[in-house]
Amino acid sequence: MKALFFIIIFVVIAVACWQFVKLLGLTKGDQTTTEKENNINGWLMLGLLGFIYGLMLYSMYGAKDMLLPQLSASAEGEHIDVLFKMTMTLVLVVQFAMQFFIFYFTFRYRGIKGRKAYFFADSHKLEMIWTITPAIVLAGLIIYGLWTWNNVMDSSDAENPLIIELYAKQFQWEARYAGADNELGTASVRMIEGTNTMGVDFSDKNATDDVPLMVGEGKFVKELHLPKGRKVIFKLRSQDVLHSAFMPHFRAQMNCVPGMVTQIAFTPSVTTAEMRLNEDTQAKFEHINELRKEKGEETVEFDYLLLCNKICGSSHYNMQLKIIVDEEADFNKWLAGQKTFAQLN
Amino acid sequence: MSDHHHKETFVTKYIFSQDHKMIAKQYLITGIIMGVIGVFMSMLFRLQLAYPEQSFSIIEAFLGRAGEGGVMTPDMYLSLVTIHGTIMVFFVLTAGLSGTFSNLLIPLQIGARDMASGFLNMISYWLFFISSVVMVISLFVETGPASAGWTIYPPLSALPQAIAGSGLGMTLWLVSMAIFIASSLMGALNYIVTVLNLRTLGMKMTRLPLTIWAFFVTAIIGVVSFPVLLSAALLLIFDRSFGTSFFLSDIFISGEVLHYKGGSPILFEHLFWFLGHPEVYIVILPALGITSEIIATNSRKPIFGYRAMIMSIIAIAFLSTIVWGHHMFVTGMNPFLGSVFTFTTLLIAIPSAVKGFNYITTLWKGNLQLNPAMLFSIGLVSTFITGGVTGLILGDSALDINVHDTMFVVAHFHLVMGVSAILGMFAGVYHWFPKLYGRMMNKDLGYLHFWLTAISAYGVFFPMHFVGLAGLPRRYYNNTAFPIFDDLMEINVVMTIFAIVGGLAQLIFLSNFFFSIYKGKKASMNPWNANTLEWTAPVEHMHGNWPGEIPAVHRWSYDYSKTDKNGELWGDQDFTPQTVPIRDGEEEF
Repeated sequence: MKALFFIIIFVVIAVACWQFVKLLGLTKGDQTTTEKENNINGWLMLGLLGFIYGLMLYSMYGAKDMLLPQLSASAEGEHIDVLFKMTMTLVLVVQFAMQFFIFYFTFRYRGIKGRKAYFFADSHKLEMIWTITPAIVLAGLIIYGLWTWNNVMDSSDAENPLIIELYAKQFQWEARYAGADNELGTASVRMIEGTNTMGVDFSDKNATDDVPLMVGEGKFVKELHLPKGRKVIFKLRSQDVLHSAFMPHFRAQMNCVPGMVTQIAFTPSVTTAEMRLNEDTQAKFEHINELRKEKGEETVEFDYLLLCNKICGSSHYNMQLKIIVDEEADFNKWLAGQKTFAQLN
Repeated sequence: MSDHHHKETFVTKYIFSQDHKMIAKQYLITGIIMGVIGVFMSMLFRLQLAYPEQSFSIIEAFLGRAGEGGVMTPDMYLSLVTIHGTIMVFFVLTAGLSGTFSNLLIPLQIGARDMASGFLNMISYWLFFISSVVMVISLFVETGPASAGWTIYPPLSALPQAIAGSGLGMTLWLVSMAIFIASSLMGALNYIVTVLNLRTLGMKMTRLPLTIWAFFVTAIIGVVSFPVLLSAALLLIFDRSFGTSFFLSDIFISGEVLHYKGGSPILFEHLFWFLGHPEVYIVILPALGITSEIIATNSRKPIFGYRAMIMSIIAIAFLSTIVWGHHMFVTGMNPFLGSVFTFTTLLIAIPSAVKGFNYITTLWKGNLQLNPAMLFSIGLVSTFITGGVTGLILGDSALDINVHDTMFVVAHFHLVMGVSAILGMFAGVYHWFPKLYGRMMNKDLGYLHFWLTAISAYGVFFPMHFVGLAGLPRRYYNNTAFPIFDDLMEINVVMTIFAIVGGLAQLIFLSNFFFSIYKGKKASMNPWNANTLEWTAPVEHMHGNWPGEIPAVHRWSYDYSKTDKNGELWGDQDFTPQTVPIRDGEEEF
């Protein structure tokens, strides 16, 4: 019955609030607001403006090292970043100005006895200005946004892309490379049996040279290797519920939907080793490692990640896969060392 | 009114009442109770996010087995966010906000004796009540309440094997929502019919206060979109219970292949968001309508651009029904469709910007009476803009890729619809409390309530944007599984502290609200010197609203500080109620 105890405490606090103010007897029953109240609240409104600006600065400055590295790890992501910076600048300017006007006017025109409000009900000119200005700005954003969207989503003209299937299930990722013929063998949940956890149809000749992602030797985690500079097309499937393959450093995300194959593509442009030398990454990880040392945890190094980003069940918060971007030659060497289904079965 | 002098029993007056004012109060009280539950849940899961491994006796006390040792289970965390979302969006901000103020204000502000159908109105409230009860009961079932997120995407919501909350908890969720939708449809139809047919003499559509315009258009959006959610819920019930495959296909779970074939979860997403997106406007438009009224009254100025405001309400309503796909840019929907939805979505920024500019111009050169209702309204305009501007990022398909389903989204929608609508609801309560209960609320507690609420709302949701930009997904039980999120912990603690302060600050409101009902100072007939019709009705509630004739209307409701040719105030006061005929030499606006 501890819950009841807590509820009683809450009720007591609420009752105390009322009694306390009653005791002070501040409110004299005036229905209209007094000049003093307008004054205090007007100044406080100015204070709230300061608080919002302060939060903006604190968040932007304090979060500087917290954010994802400014450097996009994929070629397509660079387009997104340009659009993002443009939009964010606009957002900050609009936010800064609009908040200023709201709170400054509230403060400036706080009620004073004898002030006459200005009867100003309409102005076609003003209305036109603030309909057309946003319309023009938005037209620009929409056009540039759609151009970027097409660039990112359309991979039909990619030359010799690497095809990888990502297979999501509660609560882990599996993957398979399309192999020498660069075509994935068909698969279906109805084929899942024993070690064939992805339900691959081995009677399909495209499947025999497919390379499943296995646990690395001497390691306990799977590592998804990607080549730098070659377009990777991901074919996404799910075994049970919705999942979402989210690779924030590559500015890439797509849901995995049971019953269908979805797709996303990007060209990795920064290897893991290069990203570890990136200034933003180093600053972030220095901070992280300091915190980890304080807690007595071992230090960590930067790695690209694949996270699940669609609620999928109890362990949704821990459904991850490590991604390693290699130079293309290293990648090819790694891939050659992996076993195909034909070799495994 | 044939039943004018009909003797009322306790039951017909307070329980099965058909009087719109009593029904408004019933909606408000039920909404407040649900709000307390919803806000309390958010405080519990904020504790979990800031202190993931620490033990809290309050968690054990309220969550029982799911909070054994003072740490909640991942399933319970997901249940809490699911039910928090459901309760706040539907039960508090749809029924509690729209239900209360549409019911109270539509008949009073258009000059009607009551709603078109008092009986339907009563049924509407009681269905809402039943659905609230079912939702609360679902919190106590053994397998836990629904836990697939408030968007209940199948297959997660369809398969008890996938998560425990998708058992009986989910069934009750669906039943509760189905009843809720029936209730909200009856309410909405009633509002539409009443506004169209029962306006008093002289109350042209172009003389309606903006509150009524907002409620009217909101009701239309509700009638258009809620039935689609009902169909989605029914089809999901079919999939769950009768083995159909509307939303399910090719699933292997718990070691076996399920029989479902040919369905698509994306179909559900379309159906859900066809309501889901208009729903956010169902939530925010009434709040904006309330704000328009309060800002004009307390600025002692007409609302700037009355007709532009109406046009933007209508434009927003129209656009809101063709933008749902922006929730689905990365679901595997055809990228071309994504382009279309980007276009329509970003268009919404235009009418929204017009509204924002108009509010600011209304404040300009006013004589601002900064009472609690006014503070909450100004707070709403501020959070609506802060939350709204990031819509430019989320509505742009290319940018959405990397922030979709992260904490950035959570920050965005909480500010633009959650906090804004809640502030609007508080504004409405402070402003119309004299009309609801015939007494005044305590002003000092009102001020304290506003300042704590506004500061903690910004304190929680402003930094949250940056947590999202750091890549942290939403609905994560904790973020300790990923070293790259280790440095977000400090900011998480800051947000949680603000959340707890903000949550506790609502105790001030509750105390003020319930005490004022009985102990508040008696209100005068028109405490805010406002122009609208409800302030011409007697303070003491009566069936039929006005003794004798319903007053006729001669002007719009925003003649504040109107001056004649010589620059003198008309009638020596800075307001001219709608009931005052146009004077000699005066031009109607």
